[in-house]
Amino acid sequence: MTGLRYVYAVCRPFGTPLQAQLTGIGGAPPALLHHHGLVAVVSTVPAADFSEEALKARLEDLDWLAATARAHEGVIDALTTVTTPLPLRLATVFRDDSAVRMMIEAREDHFRQLLDRLGGRVEWGVKVYLEAEPAEATPAPAAKPASGRDYLRSRRAQSHALEEKWQRAEQFARSLHERLTERAEDFRMHRPQNAELSGAAGRNVMNAAYLVPRKRSEEFVELVDRTKDEAPGIRVELTGPWAAYSFTGETAGETAGEAAGEAAGETAGKAAGETVGETAGATVENAGEGR
Amino acid sequence: MTMPSRLPEPYGQGSGANLADILERVLDKGIVIAGDIRINLLDIELLTVKLRLIVASVDKAKEMGIDWWETDPALSSRARRDELARENAELRERLARLEELEPGRAPKEAP
Repeated sequence: MTGLRYVYAVCRPFGTPLQAQLTGIGGAPPALLHHHGLVAVVSTVPAADFSEEALKARLEDLDWLAATARAHEGVIDALTTVTTPLPLRLATVFRDDSAVRMMIEAREDHFRQLLDRLGGRVEWGVKVYLEAEPAEATPAPAAKPASGRDYLRSRRAQSHALEEKWQRAEQFARSLHERLTERAEDFRMHRPQNAELSGAAGRNVMNAAYLVPRKRSEEFVELVDRTKDEAPGIRVELTGPWAAYSFTGETAGETAGEAAGEAAGETAGKAAGETVGETAGATVENAGEGR
Repeated sequence: MTMPSRLPEPYGQGSGANLADILERVLDKGIVIAGDIRINLLDIELLTVKLRLIVASVDKAKEMGIDWWETDPALSSRARRDELARENAELRERLARLEELEPGRAPKEAP
């Protein structure tokens, strides 16, 4: 058998069937593996793509990565319409079902705790962009500066204008964030996105995720909508509802730590905050041979 | 209340979410479990860093002053002011050096 078991998410048993036409990675239909009162959502993936060596190469291929990421998210998204899934990180793969069952047994308490905390909640992504202004597109001064002093002066004026725009955007982002946190149970600040990867216009100045109970989601969405015309030159974008991807780490209070960690040694910060030892374990075992 | 068995449809996630939104979640967030296939999780971290660096040209972002997240997640502008001050000093220094190198261009010091 050349198939491996790819695990998308873990959730509680749910009554509503998944969409019949739902496909996961490589077009395979996801199946539900019930064990110990939990459900692992799995599908079979080819060893040709997901063996250690192959996967390493595959992950470097942006097209493959994009397709796989979309398929992964597609399954999580479908689950989100019927239950509260705990999304696993991309490319969590086991040899067979019994290995998946062992994984569930080893972590069932943790899964249950997370499900208790996240059940009935979804994640909303809110991004604030500073729109590019026409003036900015033509920054070159008409006359060449006569001296260094002139250059510095005009440079200072430019910086000043930029600084003012940033301050406005910051103020707006901060006030929006304050209002949104009142209606959310938790939040995470993510790194601003880069235009080239996201394809979005303008500059991303805030990229946040909010954990919101489903029941209050409509209210939350309305609030975001209302702010959209509040500030000229600033754009607000809403995505979701997502599964609570950003909130599967330990707990609140981690927020500050995580954000700070993200700046410098994200990996270290995360390893400490999340499933302790997992990252290190995976790394070490990677050096040796998998069973 | 709507049908309890089906939860509300997404508000346009399919259209609103870009690849960056998806990647930052499926690669960076979610529960980390070491499966049987031991891909080095650091590889994934590296990959995302690579995506950010290459595709996204972080340097350019820094140049534009978009670096607050590196020092202060709470949208601090102090870091940026520091950066501006530093850059300013650097520019002054470079300019002074340049003007020294080109005596013809420095009118007051011309003999």
